[in-house]
Amino acid sequence: MRKIHVSTKINGDPTEFLCEPDETLLDVLRDQLGMTGSKEGCGTGDCGACSVTVNGRLVCSCLVLGAEAEGAEVATIEGMAEGDQLHPLQRHFIENAALQCGICTPGILVAAKSLLEHNPDPTEEETRYWLAGNLCRCTGYDKIIRAVMAAGKEMREAS
Amino acid sequence: MRYHAPATLEDATQLLGSDLGDCRILAGGTDLLVRMRSGFAEPDNILDIKRIDGMRDITAEDGGWRLGAAVSGAEMGEHAGLTADWPGVVEAAGLIGSTQIQGRCTVVGNLCNASPAADSVPALVAARATARIAGPNGTRDIPVEDVPTGPGKTSLAKDEFVASVFLPARPDTSGDAYLRFIPRTEMDIAVVGCGLSLTLDGDGTCTDARVALGAVGPKVIIVEDAAKALMGTKVDEAALDALAAACSAAATPIADKRGTVEFRTHVSGVLAKRAAKIAASRAGA
Ligand SMILES: Cc1cc2nc3c(=O)[nH]c(=O)nc-3n(C[C@H](O)[C@H](O)[C@H](O)COP(=O)(O)OP(=O)(O)OC[C@H]3O[C@@H](n4cnc5c(N)ncnc54)[C@H](O)[C@@H]3O)c2cc1C
Ligand code: FES
Ligand code: FES
Repeated sequence: MRKIHVSTKINGDPTEFLCEPDETLLDVLRDQLGMTGSKEGCGTGDCGACSVTVNGRLVCSCLVLGAEAEGAEVATIEGMAEGDQLHPLQRHFIENAALQCGICTPGILVAAKSLLEHNPDPTEEETRYWLAGNLCRCTGYDKIIRAVMAAGKEMREAS
Repeated sequence: MRYHAPATLEDATQLLGSDLGDCRILAGGTDLLVRMRSGFAEPDNILDIKRIDGMRDITAEDGGWRLGAAVSGAEMGEHAGLTADWPGVVEAAGLIGSTQIQGRCTVVGNLCNASPAADSVPALVAARATARIAGPNGTRDIPVEDVPTGPGKTSLAKDEFVASVFLPARPDTSGDAYLRFIPRTEMDIAVVGCGLSLTLDGDGTCTDARVALGAVGPKVIIVEDAAKALMGTKVDEAALDALAAACSAAATPIADKRGTVEFRTHVSGVLAKRAAKIAASRAGA
C-alpha cells in the first residue's frame, strides 16, 4: 500500500504524518503521533472513548480515516489543559469523582467541552442526550453529569 | 487499498468508471468504516466525496431544498430554513446515532447503505424527495425510494453515485413527522419507523398525504391506502383509525430478538397515527 502524506493541525500545532489509506485517525493519533489520550473502546462508533473534534465537530476518531484529516483542525484531549492549568471540566471531574477506571474519561471530557461550546447552559436532559454516545461501565453516569453541570456553571460565572 | 478525494463530479464519475477495481463511496463513513473494520467490506479503493464542490451545501431551490450528499445530520439540524420546512425529515436524520455520529452521518449514506431500518429513509420517501444521480453522462433525478432495491443493495450502476437529494416545495399548510419505536431512549436500531407528510386546506381538510414505513419489510413500504384514509378527512379519530389499520395491513415484518411479527404489525399502525397527529399540528390544524 502506498502511504498518504497528510498535513493537518492538531491542538493548534501544524502536524504532518504518513498513513496507510485504511488507517483510522485514532490509530494515527495513538500509534504514530504518540497521543494515547484518545482510547479505543470498540472501534465501531458505539462507545465514544475515541472522541475528538475535527473542524469543531465532535466525531469518533475510530470512524474517520487519517487521510481525511488533510487540511483539517483536529482537537484531542491532549489540548484540553493549558500547561499545568487543568480545564474546569477536568477539575470538576476530579472533585466530583466522575471517573473510576478512566478509560471513558478523555472521550467524555472532549464531548463535554464540545457540548459547552455549543450550549453554555445545557439542562441535565440536554447533557445526558449529548453524551449518550459516550459509554461508561464504571460510574453509573450520575457523577459525570454532575461534574459537567458544575463545570458549565463555573464557566458561565467566569465569563 | 487506495484513497481518492476528487474535487469535481466529473473526476469522481471518471474514477468510478475506470478500471481500478472495487470502489466504495465514502461520505460520513459511519456505516462503511464499521463494515471495513469487521471485515464485511474490503474495497480496493475508497472515493471520498466530501471534497467535491457543492457536496456540503444546503441550497434553496424552487421553493424546496437541495442537500449535497456530504451534508451531515448535525448540519441539517442547525439549518433553520430546512428545519422549518421539513421538520420530520430533520428529526429523522437527527435520530441517527449519537452526537459523534451526527457530526459525520449523511442521509444519502443512510439511503445508499440500504438498511431496511434506516431512519431517514421513510421520512425522505414521505417527503417525495428525489435523488440526483451523477454518472458518466451527467446527472439524472429519480425518486429516493428507487435507490435501495433490498437489504444492502441499490439500483446505482458501478460508475454512478448520489450527488444530492432534493426536498420539493409544498404548501405552507403542510407538515411532516417521523417516529420510530426502539426499546431504549437513544442509540438503537428502529423496530418500526414511520414517516408521514400531509397537506391541509383552509378549513383543515387533508388534501394530500404520503405515508412510508421502515423496518417492516426488505425496503421502505409506501402505504397508499393509509394516505387515502386521510385524504378528504379532517384527520379525525375515524380517519386515524383507518390510517392505522391500513399501515398494519401493509407491514410485512420479520420476527427477531427485537420484535415479533405481531408487535411490529401493531406498532406500525400506532406510530402512523401518532405521526399523523404531529404532522397535522405542524400543518396548522
Ligand atoms: C454507533 C452508530 C449508531 C447508528 N445509529 C443509527 C440509527 O439510529 N439509525 C440509522 O438509520 N442508522 C444508524 N447508524 C448507521 C449509519 O450511521 C447511518 O446509516 C448513516 O446515515 C450512514 O451515513 P454515512 O454518510 O456515514 O455513510 P457511509 O458509511 O459513508 O456510507 C454508507 C454506504 O452508502 C454508500 N454511499 C455513501 N454515500 C453515497 C453516495 N453519495 N452515493 C452512492 N453511495 C454512497 C457507501 O459506499 C456505503 O456503502 C448508526 C451507526 C453507528 C456507527
Ligand atoms: S472506539 Fe471509537 S467509538 Fe468506541
Ligand atoms: S470510568 Fe471506567 S468506563 Fe468510565
